[in-house]
Amino acid sequence: MSKQPARARKVDARDFLGLDAKLSPEERLIRDTVRSFVADRVLPEVAEWFEAGTFPKEMAKEMGALGLLGMHLEGYGCAGTNAVSYGLACTELEAGDSSARSFVSVQGSLVMFPILTYGSDAQKQEWLPAMARGDAIGCFGLTEPDSGSDPASMRTAAKRDGDDWVLNGSKMWITNGGIADVAVVWAQTDDGIRGFIVPTTTKGFTAHDIHKKLSMRASITSELVFDDVRLPADAVLPGVRGLRGPLSCLTEARFGILFGVVGAARACYEAALDYAVTRDQFGGPIGRFQLTQRKLVDMLIGVNHGALLALHLGRMKDEGTLEPAQVSFGKLDNVRMALGVAREARSILGANGITLEYPVIRHMNNLESVYTLEGTNEIHTLVLGQAITGLNAFT
Amino acid sequence: MRIAVCVKQIPDPAAPYELDPETHFVVRPEDQVLDDTDRYGVEVALQLAEAAGDDASVTLVSMSPSGSLQGIRQALAMGADKAVIVDDASLRGADALTTSRVIAAAIGREGYDVVVAGTESTDGYTGVVPQQIAEVLGAPSLTFARKVEAVDGKIRIERQTQAGYDVVEAAPPVLLTVTSGAVEPRYPTFKGIMQAKQKPIDTLTCTDLGVTADNQQVITSVDPVPARQAGEIVEDEGEGHLRIVAMLEEAKVI
Ligand SMILES: Cc1cc2nc3c(=O)[nH]c(=O)nc-3n(C[C@H](O)[C@H](O)[C@H](O)COP(=O)(O)OP(=O)(O)OC[C@H]3O[C@@H](n4cnc5c(N)ncnc54)[C@H](O)[C@@H]3O)c2cc1C
Repeated sequence: MSKQPARARKVDARDFLGLDAKLSPEERLIRDTVRSFVADRVLPEVAEWFEAGTFPKEMAKEMGALGLLGMHLEGYGCAGTNAVSYGLACTELEAGDSSARSFVSVQGSLVMFPILTYGSDAQKQEWLPAMARGDAIGCFGLTEPDSGSDPASMRTAAKRDGDDWVLNGSKMWITNGGIADVAVVWAQTDDGIRGFIVPTTTKGFTAHDIHKKLSMRASITSELVFDDVRLPADAVLPGVRGLRGPLSCLTEARFGILFGVVGAARACYEAALDYAVTRDQFGGPIGRFQLTQRKLVDMLIGVNHGALLALHLGRMKDEGTLEPAQVSFGKLDNVRMALGVAREARSILGANGITLEYPVIRHMNNLESVYTLEGTNEIHTLVLGQAITGLNAFT
Repeated sequence: MRIAVCVKQIPDPAAPYELDPETHFVVRPEDQVLDDTDRYGVEVALQLAEAAGDDASVTLVSMSPSGSLQGIRQALAMGADKAVIVDDASLRGADALTTSRVIAAAIGREGYDVVVAGTESTDGYTGVVPQQIAEVLGAPSLTFARKVEAVDGKIRIERQTQAGYDVVEAAPPVLLTVTSGAVEPRYPTFKGIMQAKQKPIDTLTCTDLGVTADNQQVITSVDPVPARQAGEIVEDEGEGHLRIVAMLEEAKVI
């Protein structure tokens, strides 16, 4: 039996449902550009970043030069692409590593988005162009040590002192915290939860990176501590009050995730497919065993379902009809799919599957984080449950 | 400085090529990509334009069925200002000289100071079109540039040779061909991709240019590439290196 059996010609194992044809020329060009960028700049080094537990800060400027940062936002140096293009970029980034997608999600959807949507003109002028270029890095502080899925329980608070605000408390699990120039911090005030723009050089602000992670190792995750951080009156985002503010940012970022994880899953599927047709056992490729084919086909179907779902939700977002509960549907199902695909792929790669020589275990471990962050699988289940029954099961 | 860059849209080399069973020509799909080697030419043109300042312009010139213009858009997204495509059914099967005449006519119509081209296309490999364009235009050609700069109103290149490189220069109007690897082509930026939609793409026919397709190539037959012969295994009994050196000499690679 030959080592590389010819695959059926009529369908493309890498675009089985011919989804390429559903993309506009611009969307394809953006997708292909990010794919080359990831092939040139992320894939050759990401295993080392993962092993060392670092993310090279210079990437911010390279991503900025390409137009990745805040790409779907209008004005202030942002490229102003449609939502599908942003999603496709996330897919390609996450096919490299969830940390690269996460960097872009945090910068664009969690920091630039609220500044653009709820910020004053001066705040937009000060931060957006620099963030679009990658000259300034942002982070988003919502989660606290004792406040995760239930952000309304947060304790970080900002109190008025004359015209100023004084911020006290801490935030936990903050992506990019240790390398950020600016943090959007959500805090309790007399007026409900409000967002604050906090330059990380402000006195009383400290960030401590979290070590000993076994997931998202190529991404910086930090604890932020605010010890009497004094902020001017104009540090608050004027345009929003209450949990609606941070939740709207999360809906934006989840949109990136539901596309992104399709990339991680695709990378695992492709690695497993290549491995299955080249690894010989019992006198031929392991891809000829029915058990392996079953796994590969399940993966193929999962990846393509995920891509279809993402594209559908992307088109709805561009039409302006996408509801947050539909984003929850995509986040929940696509992350669950991707994690399943990664685990199956890991098994096909045998012992090689546990090394960083192959991308699979890196993706698999990363996806454990993606499963939890931006609303856990359980929380999105409850969102969907409430959407269809009208009954609240959160508390 | 007006810079014209010759670019070609080719079928995606990653997908298997299909030949028309009757004419034996490559079937050109709607979506073609920018020939990878042309990215270097576009980059050199953009760098020359950037060095020359604000009123410099970069125009892409291409002779090919337009299709979805995906390949052209890719080059526009890198930063070129406009594109001129010669798309005419009578040009199907045009030979290298006809192609050169047509492209030279299009470049002449636009006006130019510098023409930049790759050394050869990835799908055709004739490697003669740029020099013929220069001849038709009556411009000197600087070929196989591995480095390009504009110095004192002249274009100076390092011309790759077998032994090393020669430094050659000429004053515009001039044509130059650049080798792959001469520069690091930039990625199209997203803003560039969005703006590329608005950039002008002129589509011309032979009549517009006053040229005719005189020489048609006819492909009489096509044979599959012969299967690779099994390699020779050299048993090393202390003299293996001599045999390898001899083989490399036979293959004229050293
Ligand atoms: C790598 C990484 C990066 C992150 N980056 C950021 C960031 O940049 N900014 C930020 O603010 N946060 C960030 N987070 C935090 C993330 O958003 C939280 O981890 C997440 O919201 C879950 O909170 P928790 O970890 O406290 O879990 P908990 O809320 O304590 O949940 C623990 C378990 O209980 C379940 N659970 C909780 N409530 C219910 C319920 N009502 N019904 C059923 N089950 C329930 C959960 O689903 C989960 O399984 C990041 C996390 C990680 C891992």
